This record gives sequence, structure tokens and C-alpha cells, in this order.
Amino acid sequence: MADIDLKSPEYYVNREMSWLDFNYRILSEARDKHIPLMERLKFLSITASNLDEFFMVRVASLKDMVNAGYGKADFAGLKPKEQLAQINSKTHQLVTQQYTTYNRSIIPLLKKEKLKLVSAHEELSEKQAAYLDRFFLDQIYPVLTPMAVDSSRPFPLIRNKTLNLAALLLKKKQDELEFATVQVPSVLPRIIVIPEEEKGKTTVILLEEIIERNIQKLFSNYEVICCHPYRVMRNADLTIDEDGAEDLLKEIEKQLKKRQWGEAIRLEVEENMDKRLLKILRKELNMKEEDIYRINGPLDLTFLMKMYALPGYDHLKIPKYIPQPVKEISPEEDIFTAIRREDILLHHPYQTFDPVVSFVRQAAKDPDVLAIKQTLYRVSGNSPIIASLAEAAENGKQVSVLVELKARFDEDNNIIWAKKLEKAGCHVIYGLVGLKTHSKITLVVRKEEEGIRRYVHLGTGNYNDATAKLYTDLGLLTCNPLIGEDATAVFNMLSGYSEPATWNKLYLAPLWLRNKFIRLIDREIQNAKEGKPAYIIAKMNSLCDMEIIEKLYESSQAGVKTELIVRGICCLKVGIPGVSEHISVRSIVGNFLEHARIFCFGNNGREEIYMGSADWMPRNLDRRVEILFPVEDEKLKKKVRHVLEVQLADTMKAHILGEDGIYEKVDRRGKATVNSQEQFCKEAKEAAKGTNKEVQSRVFHPMESE
Amino acid sequence: MAGIRRFAAIEVGSYDIQMKIYEISQKFGIRELDDIRHVMELGKDTYTHGKIGFEMAEELCEVLCRFREIMKSYEVFDYRAKATSAVREAKNALILLDRIRVRTGFDVKILSNSEQRFLCYKAVASREGEFNQIISKPTAIVDVGSGSIQISLFDKDALFSTQNIRLGSLRVREMLPRVSVDSVHLELLIEELIDNDLNTFRKLFLQKKEIENIIAIGDYVTFFSGAAKRKSGKDCLNRDQFMELYQAVRGNTPDQLASKLGVGAENASLILPCMMVFKRLIETTATSLIWVPGVTLCDGIAASYAEKHVKISFAHDFSKDIVIASRNIAKRYMGNIGHTKVLEDCALGIFDIMKKYHGLGKRDRVLLQIAAILHDCGKYVSMNQASDASYNIVMSTEIIGLSHSERETVANIVRYNTQEFDYSARADKSMTSGMYMTVAKLTAILRIANAMDRSHKQKFHDFKMTLKEDELIITADTLEDISLEKALFRQKADFFEEMYGIRPVLKRKKEY
Repeated sequence: MADIDLKSPEYYVNREMSWLDFNYRILSEARDKHIPLMERLKFLSITASNLDEFFMVRVASLKDMVNAGYGKADFAGLKPKEQLAQINSKTHQLVTQQYTTYNRSIIPLLKKEKLKLVSAHEELSEKQAAYLDRFFLDQIYPVLTPMAVDSSRPFPLIRNKTLNLAALLLKKKQDELEFATVQVPSVLPRIIVIPEEEKGKTTVILLEEIIERNIQKLFSNYEVICCHPYRVMRNADLTIDEDGAEDLLKEIEKQLKKRQWGEAIRLEVEENMDKRLLKILRKELNMKEEDIYRINGPLDLTFLMKMYALPGYDHLKIPKYIPQPVKEISPEEDIFTAIRREDILLHHPYQTFDPVVSFVRQAAKDPDVLAIKQTLYRVSGNSPIIASLAEAAENGKQVSVLVELKARFDEDNNIIWAKKLEKAGCHVIYGLVGLKTHSKITLVVRKEEEGIRRYVHLGTGNYNDATAKLYTDLGLLTCNPLIGEDATAVFNMLSGYSEPATWNKLYLAPLWLRNKFIRLIDREIQNAKEGKPAYIIAKMNSLCDMEIIEKLYESSQAGVKTELIVRGICCLKVGIPGVSEHISVRSIVGNFLEHARIFCFGNNGREEIYMGSADWMPRNLDRRVEILFPVEDEKLKKKVRHVLEVQLADTMKAHILGEDGIYEKVDRRGKATVNSQEQFCKEAKEAAKGTNKEVQSRVFHPMESE
Repeated sequence: MAGIRRFAAIEVGSYDIQMKIYEISQKFGIRELDDIRHVMELGKDTYTHGKIGFEMAEELCEVLCRFREIMKSYEVFDYRAKATSAVREAKNALILLDRIRVRTGFDVKILSNSEQRFLCYKAVASREGEFNQIISKPTAIVDVGSGSIQISLFDKDALFSTQNIRLGSLRVREMLPRVSVDSVHLELLIEELIDNDLNTFRKLFLQKKEIENIIAIGDYVTFFSGAAKRKSGKDCLNRDQFMELYQAVRGNTPDQLASKLGVGAENASLILPCMMVFKRLIETTATSLIWVPGVTLCDGIAASYAEKHVKISFAHDFSKDIVIASRNIAKRYMGNIGHTKVLEDCALGIFDIMKKYHGLGKRDRVLLQIAAILHDCGKYVSMNQASDASYNIVMSTEIIGLSHSERETVANIVRYNTQEFDYSARADKSMTSGMYMTVAKLTAILRIANAMDRSHKQKFHDFKMTLKEDELIITADTLEDISLEKALFRQKADFFEEMYGIRPVLKRKKEY
């Protein structure tokens, strides 16, 4: 093994490529005939919004690197320029596949279900056309701002991610063409329902089609030669110079305004756009050919999410799952009594997020509670947690909240909440200089008969009651004094005080976590070398940290069996002889977004299980405040272990990473079907009933050709 | 929640401001709830400019205000705030403390070195189970501070000697850059330097006693406590484990250490010097075990508060330490052991019987005892000016467990035992009124006790005391002639009568 260099680029996958693979996996859900139509619609919409974010953040920063002349290759040996080239070609393919799915599957199938999307206004009946023209004049026309470009009026700013219509105009009795553009207003819904006589049938049209149909009304002195939609994506990566910023809050507000002005990095246009029009856009937006996406269909497929929400199509959706109550917490008693009885594991969204909300709510009202401390990363609009925190402060409790302003794309939201909390009298910390606070921890300090007792909630997901219905996450409610002590120390550190001399149970990034993981893997390596059983099971969202991957390769060489459940990016390669034969990787893409991070280590028979907020990514381990916590209660450990086992047995939603680097669904022949997410739903229902019986599906599922 | 008090202890130190919150109750003892440290180098201002600058003072006030908020959030019942050398040595200490009082409402008290060390010692002793086990063998408490180390020696579960050596970790580190040689030589150089001081200490104070256990406390030893816990699961290290740890640390630059240990580089740069001191101490003694209890001054403040206000008593008798340490000092100055013993008995006997008249407490009784023990140590220096010499010896000898003002009280009692009492001492402000009265009252007692054994022949080996109206009758059960004592007694009795309105009378049993 001496001649194997584990750092060699051939053993690593570029993270952007791996991310695109992930988006392909979501797209495959949109193409899966076994999935109800409306759900497929939703997945297609997700691929579109994902791609938008990917461009604004990842592609943008690669462009920054190229512009800055930075030419260093990543661990997979690709320089920024090469990465961009590969991303472009792969994205073009992805977009083609998106629209093939849209045009060949989704739209025809919708039509079959009597949901018609009018793709061109020419298809409208007279009556419908008349309705829409009225609608245009009443609702749309007043909010439109057409802008023409000529020598006195420069090319206007086209805002990031907005949909626009470009038109070529001919001034009457002149022969010079002029360019004009109008933004499709974002204040109006993108899809407009057209009254339909036939019962049970729905017809909708896209907003831009109505405008296009009436475009002549905007330019009455001109003749409109042609009119086509287009969309611009701009560099949106927030790189804040924190050391220089006097006031972080102001800086972010400033950056938010600036974001719309970033360099254009992608241009989407209708496939059949007039060549003259495209030329003008290309020139004015300074676009390269490879950054132009010619789209065969409507731009910005995120409107499909709105289609999903149309009433009357529930039979085409997976029945809405209602998160189940948690058996250990009875509504009649206070949550603190329940936690004192035993540690409680929460599995969202299978189990309801309510205990977490009421943990804070009850603390806010409880006269014995002295202090509440919490980290907030992404909160929902109208968050009940925020309301409770404010109430607690008004009730005279000491409330400290760390609001992470740097949570991507949520800054706007976060600033509003932060200000609201401050007004209520909370002590608000606006993040730490140079670090994002990604950990999810809540501490409640309560005075009781035997003195102060501390209650802690630790989780793998954000304190967001809305996403908790969609993201699979795990949480722990405990009053273990050792964890309580550590939690106090965490908040002292976040408040700018010194770290404690020692930690009891928690491991924090960026200071200690990386080493902890390395030590845990090393221990397995040592055990394997001594001939003891050694294994690792780890579940996370992304794996792209080189040091960890290298360590995993090392463990594979030593014979440690490693099973990874990685939803998104995975830069590790499996099955390389002498490097990674003992590692398997699967990705679960299901109706809920897999979000929990669980790490399980054999430890020669005394298995250790940890959960936390960190992925195995450099940003999590080096530039964020993250917490890893152990699950020690045997009963809870079993539950967490069960989550891993069912996911490893999943045959429906799991994609297995092959030696060729391609993800394939499990070959189901001869295997019982296991859909882990569905199984957890069933189990949660059973558990809520009090009959905690594990359900194993026995139905075989025939394979069909696509 | 009855009986549980939440208490805040604050240390305004040289490197950081620390506050710990405790729950104190008779039922559950002392339980630490929170530990908040704000890093701030007050010492840098004091040590370089002689005073604490405006900005530092401002920051200090802000930190204290924030501490007050935290105290509020715990509904803290009481607090004690103490400042150590950075404030103590600042020229503008009083101005600073006043500013803190006005700005933050905190009443910060300055600790003397010996008070500070004693509180740390108390914190260690409050870990009773381990502490009693450790000190059953010859033990040294080694408290490594930034500027100096304090070595206190135990023998037969009592502390008998304490010495301050100016070999703190910061001081050792400061020597490093000045001598620019390669690191191996550097290490030898520092060792030599440390040895020089340690040898003197050994010759003078350790003599034939051997140290078997070391209790390590101080600013940078928390590093060991972490290492100790990882190595042995306990907070103890044996000799080999320590040496192993030292070897692992020594080759690293502060930056490497910082990343290895996850501590700040500033802290990391002080770990090696601190360990060097320990290493030399271990190598030159028979130390086999190092206990790192990981206590801080705040723990001592809490222990001391708990003892006084929540009536949590310690198994360890701290007064006994002081007495034994004083005897050890007396021995060094060749005090007359037989005479001293009688003097102690007489003085304490009078103190006890006069309780109603002097109104002094248990602590004053200990001071009287120490004064008795040390009353003639000055004779070692000069027979003629024994009283002044005694005063000076007491003033410059550290007696762990005595505060500075207590030491001054003892020194004054010793001085006025033979010197005429200086009634104007109060007027010229050399003593506070409280101290003045204590000194006067205890001096009166010590004087007649001393007179009872004027001949140093312990004639009053057995005696009885009775209070009869305005007379204190002391009856000696002796056959010897007590004329000398009686003659001298009258003169000393005047002062006593002046103090208490009671006339001491000396009698011999035979006379009845």
C-alpha cells in the first residue's frame, strides 16, 4: 500500500459535480412514474430552485476566482476555469432533461388529469382571450414598468432572478429598431387561473403569456416586432469583510441591496428568441455563449410549486402526513416534568415539532425559569419561538439569543426578528466575527427544590416550525447536568467569554470537533488493525472534507466497514481497490428532505452514537460553530440505531453510489420493499398509539421500464 | 428551595476577570453553576505603567456590569468581589475601586498575597475527601502564579510552612527572549535558574522533610487537569505520567501547543514555563503523585463565604495550620519552647475567662496564641531591641491563613508585649480603630501571661483562675518561689486593669 497516495486527485470527486449529481437524483424523482403526479411536479420545481441557488452561490464564487486570477486546483485536480467548463456542460444537460421531463411527461399527464397549462396565448378561446385581456388591463397593466433603451436612456438594471420580457420595437414611420424590456411583476401570481366552463377542469396560463399577448398596449407609438421572456442570474455570494465592518447588521443590509447589482452569470432565454434581441441582451449583460441557456418551455420552473398548491388535485399527491404526538410528553403535565423523568428523543417530521416550541413557550411563562438561551439560524416567518422568547424577556427572564445573520438568503428575515427581540428586552448577539453559528441548542435555567436545574434541547435541524414538517431531523431533550454545564459554557463562549477548562459531553467546531471525528475514526482503524470488529455508520447531508475522506480511505485500508448515508454532495469515491473497497455510500432522496446528522462508531462492541449540526464539510468543521453531542441513554441509542438501520435497508428511495461514480437506485429484485420515510411515518403513528411495533412492508414492487 | 443560596464570587485577576456562580446550602454543600471568564490583561497596565489606564478601567466596569446582569439572571443572593496583584500593585488602586463602586455598584476588595493564597488553599481543602487523603502523606501545595510561586508544606495533616518564590510562569517566560540561545540550552538555562531558587528553598525550609505529593494549583495548571483527566480518568498524575506530558509539550512552539491543546497562544506560551517549575520541583524531591484539583480563587471565595454565612464547616482545621506554622517559625528563631508553651496556656486561659469583658472572638484567640508563640522571636536578632526585631520578623514572614491586617495585629501585640504601649498609634493612623482595640486588649493579656513566667522556669505549670468581683485571681499550684513573678506582675497588671477594669492578682496555692 506504500505506493498509494491517498491525497491523489484521482480519489476525489469535485464537489460541484457531485452537487449536480444530487440535483439529477431529485430530477429522477420527478421522472419516477411510481410517484404521484403532483409530487413529481414538486420535485421538478425543486431542481429549478436548487439550480438557481447553486448558480448564485457556487458558480458565482468560481467566477470570482477566475476573475481574480486564482488558479489553484481543488482536491479533485480541477482549476476553477475547468470546473466552470464542466459545470456548464453538465448543467446544460440537466436543463435539457428538466424540460424534456416537463414537456414530455408532466404537461401531457396534467392534461390527462384535466389540468391544462396554456403554453401559448394563441391557443385561447375567444371568451378566454377576452377575459384575460380585461384581466390585463385591470390587474397587470397598472403595475408594469416598460423601459425602452435608446441613446438617452441606458440599458436598465435587470434584477437578479426576475423574469422579464424583451421586445424589439419599430417606431412608426421609421426603420430603426429599438429595444425595450419590462419586468414580469413579482407582486402578481405567476399562474393565472382562467375560468373554465367544464366542471373538474382547470386551465391556467402564465403571467408572462398574458403580458406578451398585450405587449402592444405598452408601446402604443411603436410596432412590436417580437417579444420574448428572459431571466438573469447574478452573483449573490455574500462575502462580508467582518473585520472591517463596524456594525455587522448595517453591513448585511447594505450587501443585500448590493446583491441585485452583482455581475450577471447566467442568462435564460426562450429557445426561439429573436436573434437580434438575443444579441442585444448578450452584449448589454456581457454574457458568454456558454452562460446562455436556451429554454424549450417556460422559464423558471419554480412556478410548478404554485401549480402543486392548486386546489382539487389532492388525489395526485401523497396524502398529507400529520406529525405525530410524542408519547413521552403528555399534554397534561409540564414538559420539564417529562424531561426530568427521562431523556426524550424527537424524530421530525414523523414526530411533531410542538415539544420544541412548547419547551420555549412553557419556559417563557414558568415563574421558576430564570433564563432562556438559544441559537437561531433560520426561523420561520411568524415563528412561535420568537414570540415566546420575546414574551419571556417581557416576563423578566434573562433571554439571550444568538441570531445568525449570515444564514444565506435569510438575512432579511433574520434582521427583522433580531430587532423585534431586542425591542422586547432580549440580549441579542448578532453572530460571531468570522464564524457562522450553525449549532442548534436551547438552554433553560430553572430554579427548583434541589437548586438550579438546566434543561437542554440539542438538535440536528433549525428552530423552524415550518421546515420541521419537511426536513427529517433528530432532537434531544435532556436535563443531564453534565450536558447542562456544557450548554452554559457554550453560551458563555458565544457571549465572548473564555472557553471552559474541560468539556463534559459536547464537542464544538471550529475548535475541537474535527479532532474528535479524526480520533473516533482512528480508534476504529486501531481496532481493525488489532483484529477487533470495527465499523462506522454515518449519515449527513454532505461529505466533502478532504481530511475526513482521507481518514475514511485509511480506515477502509485497515478494513473498517463504513456505511455512509449522504444525501447531497459526496466527494468520496467507493470501491477503489486498495483505497475504498470497504466503504459504501447511499443517498436518500424522498418526500421529506433528509437533514439529520448521525455518527455511529463500533468502538469494539461499546458502540458510540453522536448527533449534531455539522456535516463533514470544511465549512462546518472550520468556519462554523457546531455542536456534536452523544446519545448515551440505551433506549434512545436503540432508536437512533433503528433510524440508521432502516435507511440502510431502504430499497425505494435510496440511490447507491457505484464504483463508476454513478448513483443508481437499489436493484429491488427479490427484496422486500422498504421506504424508510414511509416506514418512519407508520412507526410514529404506531408509537403515538402506544403500541410501539415496527412495521415492515411486505409488498413486492415490480420493476418497470421507464 | 429553602436554605439554598446562590452566590457569586468574582476575581479581578491579572489576566482575566472571572465570575463563578454557586449554590450553597447545608444540605447539598457548594455546587458550581456557572463559570464566566473575560480575558483582559489588567496586569499588563499595572506591570508596565504602574497603574491601570482609563481604557482598561472602562472595560473592567463594562465587564462587571455584564456580570451584574448574569447575577440577576441567577437571582444571586450575595457576592464577594476580590482583586489580586494587578489591582493591588496599581498606584491608582483606590481610585479604581471607587470608580467601580460608583459605576457598577460592586464593592471590590483587594486581597493580599497571603489572603489570596489562603483562599486558594481553602478551595483545595473544600474538596475534603481527596484532600485529606493526599495530605496524609508529606505534601506540598504548589501555587504557580504569573509572578511568583507559593509552596506550602504539609506534615501530619497540618500545613507548617509556606514560602513565596519569585518564579512565576510569566516571570520565567520573560527571561526567555532575553537570552537568545537555542532551545536545548535555553531549557538548561532556565532549569539552572529555577534550581538556584529551589535549592535555597530546600536548604532553608524543606530540610530533611521529603515531599511525596504535590497539589498543583494556579493559572496554567488547568492544562494539566485536562491532560490528567484524559490520561488517568482522574485529576491525578503520577511522576511518570507528568514526565511524559512534559516531554510531549516541550518540543512545541507556543503556536503548535495552542493548536494541539485548543488554547490561546498567549496561554500556551505560559504552559511550558509553568511545567518547567513543576518538573524541577518533582525531580528534586521524591514526589510520586501530582493532584490537580482545578480550583480557582473564586472557589476559595465561595468556600470562605459558605463557612461564614451558611455555616458549612470544614473538616480541616485551618487554625491548627496557622498555629503549627507559627511554631515552626518560632523554632527557626530558636524560641524557648517550654516557656512559650506555658505562655500560650496562660494567655489563652486568661482570654477564655475574660470573655465577657473583652468581647473578642475565636479568631482573636488564634491571634493571641500566635502572638504568644512568636513573642520573643526577635531575640534571635537582637537581645536589646527584641521587641522591634520581633515586630519586623512577624511583618515579613508569611503565615498562610492570616490576612495582612491580622499579621499586623500579631506583630503589634508582640511589639507592645515588652515595649510601652503607644497610645497615639491610633491617632497617627498606623492602626485602624478595630485593630487598635484588639491589639490593646490582647497585649494586656499577653503581658500578664508573660509576667507569670518571667523566670522562664514554668512555675505556673498548673494554675487556676477565678473572677471575683473586680479581681482576677490566678492561683499557681507550685511550691516554688514566685516573688519575681509577683513583683513584675504588679507593673503589668496596671495596664490590664486599665483595659478591663479588673485587677489581676497572683497567688500561690500554698498561701491558702
